Amino acid sequence: MIITKQKPFAEIMKGVRGAKSLFIFGCGDCATLCRTGGEAEIADMTQKLAAEGVAVVGGTVPHTTCHELDVQRIARQHKEEIGKSDAILVLACGAGIQAVGDSLDKPVISGCDSLFIGNSKRQMNFYEKCSACGDCVLNETAGLCPETRCPKGLLNGPCGGAVRGMCEVDQTNKCVWIEIYERLKSQGRLDDLMEITAPKERSKANMPHKIEPPARHGK
Amino acid sequence: MSKFQESLNRFSITAEIPPPKGADVSQFLRIAEKVANRVDGVNVTDNQRGMMRMSALVFSKFIKDAGCEPILQVTCRDRNRLALQSDMLGAMAFGIENVCVMTGDFPTMGDNPDARPVYDLDSVQLIKAANDLARGVAMNGKPVKSVRPFFTGGVINPFYEPFDLELLKTKKKIAAGAKFFQTQPFFDIPSVEKFLASVKGLDAAFLIGVTPLKGEKMITFLNEKVLTTPIPAEVAARITGAADQAREGLLAAAEFVNAMRKIARGVHLMPIGQEESLPLLLDMIEAGK
Ligand code: SF4
Ligand code: SF4
Repeated sequence: MIITKQKPFAEIMKGVRGAKSLFIFGCGDCATLCRTGGEAEIADMTQKLAAEGVAVVGGTVPHTTCHELDVQRIARQHKEEIGKSDAILVLACGAGIQAVGDSLDKPVISGCDSLFIGNSKRQMNFYEKCSACGDCVLNETAGLCPETRCPKGLLNGPCGGAVRGMCEVDQTNKCVWIEIYERLKSQGRLDDLMEITAPKERSKANMPHKIEPPARHGK
Repeated sequence: MSKFQESLNRFSITAEIPPPKGADVSQFLRIAEKVANRVDGVNVTDNQRGMMRMSALVFSKFIKDAGCEPILQVTCRDRNRLALQSDMLGAMAFGIENVCVMTGDFPTMGDNPDARPVYDLDSVQLIKAANDLARGVAMNGKPVKSVRPFFTGGVINPFYEPFDLELLKTKKKIAAGAKFFQTQPFFDIPSVEKFLASVKGLDAAFLIGVTPLKGEKMITFLNEKVLTTPIPAEVAARITGAADQAREGLLAAAEFVNAMRKIARGVHLMPIGQEESLPLLLDMIEAGK
């Protein structure tokens, strides 16, 4: 899931740029789970904005706001309220914010910072384990991602910096290379580590990515 | 064969001199001149501990012109494979023959914490890239003309836990072409003996790290900020109990170096801020030989 954090309210107000009436989009998926763009957060935001003299003329929480056709369909359902608004505030990840911005002819205001692709353990605990590098190495690393969980993205073993098993960069994190080593050792697969892993094909991570179905011929 | 490589057949002494933090090379160059014919190689550090300094490649050229044998340190932190390979070609053109590769401390540990960390390559991949380039093959597999040989090495942390994992990576570095390793500083002989036993049979020369202890302040700093295993209490007590702590630290380091002659292929002197004392340390080493 995409982990988001609401921007400080003052920053959101800067984005409002004097608009007097807003329509709010949340997201029923990630932003609801992160408590940044669900029904409750829209209600809360509506109150805060009212205190600043900004009226919220309506709001909606699509199933997934990154689904652009869905956003367009929902926008048609709310045509009247959206018509009355000066701008649209989106409480969702950057993908959702742009889905709304690309679908509607209105200024769009971002209400959240997108942080990372996160795994969730308990409510409101999120951990970054994959950064979509486009060239997955998990088969070589016991299923633990050094590209993401080692701040240096090392592929052939640890740097010398771990302190009592914890990462030199953030000592509240275990050094993932020590974890990889321990997991392979317990599985009797340490030999897997002896092969030199070649430099990553970074071009696979070049942005923006896209996947499109092959063009249909003869139509 | 580089002069440094040759020296490993006897007993090598290398020393570390950082490039200046500024554009005036005279202060460190004066030290380089004073040690030029007395050490077998001078490591020029590459933005060590993530602190911005003059380019290691440029300063290596200065110390080479001053008569030293440079060992160019190259980290993976600041440059991608394009920049690293061009710097290595530059090193060849300058006649620099020794390269010491390391991962490099993360930018947040240094004085430019907002810098983009690069780490396009890791140390194993960079050692391989350096050796491939030195035999005329670039990382993209294409031939490169008029290259010159490199004597390539790396670093090893003898105090790393679990040490088996450090050993595993060291073996990969050797497979990638590393021929020498410089270690973190040691302060007692039994630890060196234990370490050398653990790397016995590996096809590389291990140079034992030596750091003279200037006094109580430095001991505390090293214990808290740099070392993973604290300096043995007796060693610390010898320094802190002396009337002239800095001199005692140099004497202890010199004795340590001479004790290494019997068991190691060489030593690597890391003065950490006491570069000015390097000539005096060498006097003491030579006197006690
Ligand atoms: S290597 Fe890591 S970042 Fe890349 S795809 Fe696999 S899990 Fe994701
Ligand atoms: S301590 Fe481990 S996780 Fe942290 S940067 Fe070094 S190798 Fe990566």
